[in-house]
Amino acid sequence: MPRSSKIFRYVSKRLLQGIPIIIAIIVINFFLLNLAEGDAVDVLAGEAGSATPEYMEQLRKKFGLDQPLPVQLAVYLKNVLVLDLGYSFRHEMAVQDLIFDRFAATALLMTSTIVLAVGFGILLGLMAAMRLNTWKDAVITVFALITYATPLFWVGLMMIVVFSLYLGWFPTSGMENVAAFYEGWDRVVDIAHHLVLPTVTLSLFYLALYTRMMRASMLEQYGQDYVVTARAKGLTERRITFVHVLRNALLPVVTMAGVQVGALIGGSVIVESVFAWPGLGMLAFESLFARDLNLLLGIFLLSSILVVVVNLVVDIIYCFLDPRIDVE
Amino acid sequence: MAEFWTRYRRNRAAVLGLGILFTILFMAATAHLFYPEDPFRLVGRPLSGPLENGFLLGSDSLGRDVASGIVHGAKTSLLIGLIATLVSIFIGIFFGAFSGYFGGRVDDLLMRVTEIFQTIPSFIFAILLVAIMKPSIFSIVIAIAVVSWPGVARLVRGEFLSLKNREFVQACHTIGMSDLRVMLGEILPNCLSPIIVIGSLMVATAILIESGLAFLGLGDPNIMSWGFQIGAGRTMLRSAWWVCTFPGIAILITVLAINLIGEGLNDALNPRLKERQ
Repeated sequence: MPRSSKIFRYVSKRLLQGIPIIIAIIVINFFLLNLAEGDAVDVLAGEAGSATPEYMEQLRKKFGLDQPLPVQLAVYLKNVLVLDLGYSFRHEMAVQDLIFDRFAATALLMTSTIVLAVGFGILLGLMAAMRLNTWKDAVITVFALITYATPLFWVGLMMIVVFSLYLGWFPTSGMENVAAFYEGWDRVVDIAHHLVLPTVTLSLFYLALYTRMMRASMLEQYGQDYVVTARAKGLTERRITFVHVLRNALLPVVTMAGVQVGALIGGSVIVESVFAWPGLGMLAFESLFARDLNLLLGIFLLSSILVVVVNLVVDIIYCFLDPRIDVE
Repeated sequence: MAEFWTRYRRNRAAVLGLGILFTILFMAATAHLFYPEDPFRLVGRPLSGPLENGFLLGSDSLGRDVASGIVHGAKTSLLIGLIATLVSIFIGIFFGAFSGYFGGRVDDLLMRVTEIFQTIPSFIFAILLVAIMKPSIFSIVIAIAVVSWPGVARLVRGEFLSLKNREFVQACHTIGMSDLRVMLGEILPNCLSPIIVIGSLMVATAILIESGLAFLGLGDPNIMSWGFQIGAGRTMLRSAWWVCTFPGIAILITVLAINLIGEGLNDALNPRLKERQ
């Protein structure tokens, strides 16, 4: 069978494997919703100050909360499948619309973080591997140790103290200067200006991670037989490093970048709430305070599905990057 | 034991980490001697800077002592980190041991469950769990344990897979030992080293998760913690940088120390691994 159709079969198999995971996540989601003390009606009633039991009963009926659990689960599953994630009583908007509104901001933050972390991580790891046991190597190790141990929200706050409050280089919060009514390129520049601190904060940890991985991966590849062959052929060290070793060393970093997406989403909740970046993480933070569980669960569900999808995409990319991968 | 210590001592950074951890433990244990007051109590002029008005590290917007909060918060961090790790190691051993030992369908099922838990973004899951169970020490411990056990399960499964066909295990089967006894009494003790190493690193992660939860306002409202201090101080960042800065440094130092210890334990308990590198 040609490799392309093997890959096709492999991809469809992985897609099918993803489905039970997503269904399981939806079911977990539903049970978490039911585990919560008090339902949406209680919250609404609490907010209104006073609500008669009859009125609450009526509301429950309206939202289908008086049905038995299995029926509610079936309804929930059906709703999720048609992308109806429920209603946010706080925002008086459908959850999926709210999430859709905020998704772009989070996607922007995450993309810039991945680009920064992977790009610089590869560069620094390469430098560390080429200058083994020099002070640069030691600096990278210490940098990694410290970023592993630093809470993300604290890094963000310290960034604000130093770069916003003390130096005044970057804005403290938000995604753009709404009052300025920028248009076109001015707006792009303004958003980029706001993006710097959140991106740097979120990427520091991953930068350290990828740097160390890239370094280890490069060193491992240097020990392989093909490097000896390349040397024997008389290739320059430069060519061996950049053409042969580098390409092979990149593979584990790509995988890791995919695996880390779940953690990145968690990190964006923290970073967005520190910098008031109007994305999904900020929405999750707001929904915590508003006790808007529907919304929180919707965000949770969407981010879980995102992780499944990204892992799948990374697997597929990997098939093309490394022809040795067995796709049987 | 002496041999273990000799090997551990070779890693200077790990010894330093141990020293730091003992200092923090001492601080946590003697918190009531140095700061007998409740750390939530308002004890002086609000927003005093470090070394002002008798505050070593300043006071927050309500006049609570930052240093007192840090000393009392040390207990919270260490306790939650340790208990959550123990609980998740327990769950992980359960899943990993059954999966690796019995293989086949049991393995398929348990590993599928593990995979699901590994896929779910862990921090959001933890937020959700605490929000649903209401913030308390108990719910925080459960939430951290629920999101951190899959790593242990995979590790234990691997160890059980490689050990279950060894001669000493076959000998145990021959003399008619029950499966449970072979698993707990014979195989498990042989995979304690990697469990201890992963456990020590998990304590560090647990402390970071706990501080993140407390920062978002999901800490136990009755207990002082570093994350809570930072969360409460963030609105005062402009006028009182110290309220957020010092508890953060406390987290950084503690987590760093535990990570260093973890690496030292790895060197000392898995000497073959070290030689290969």
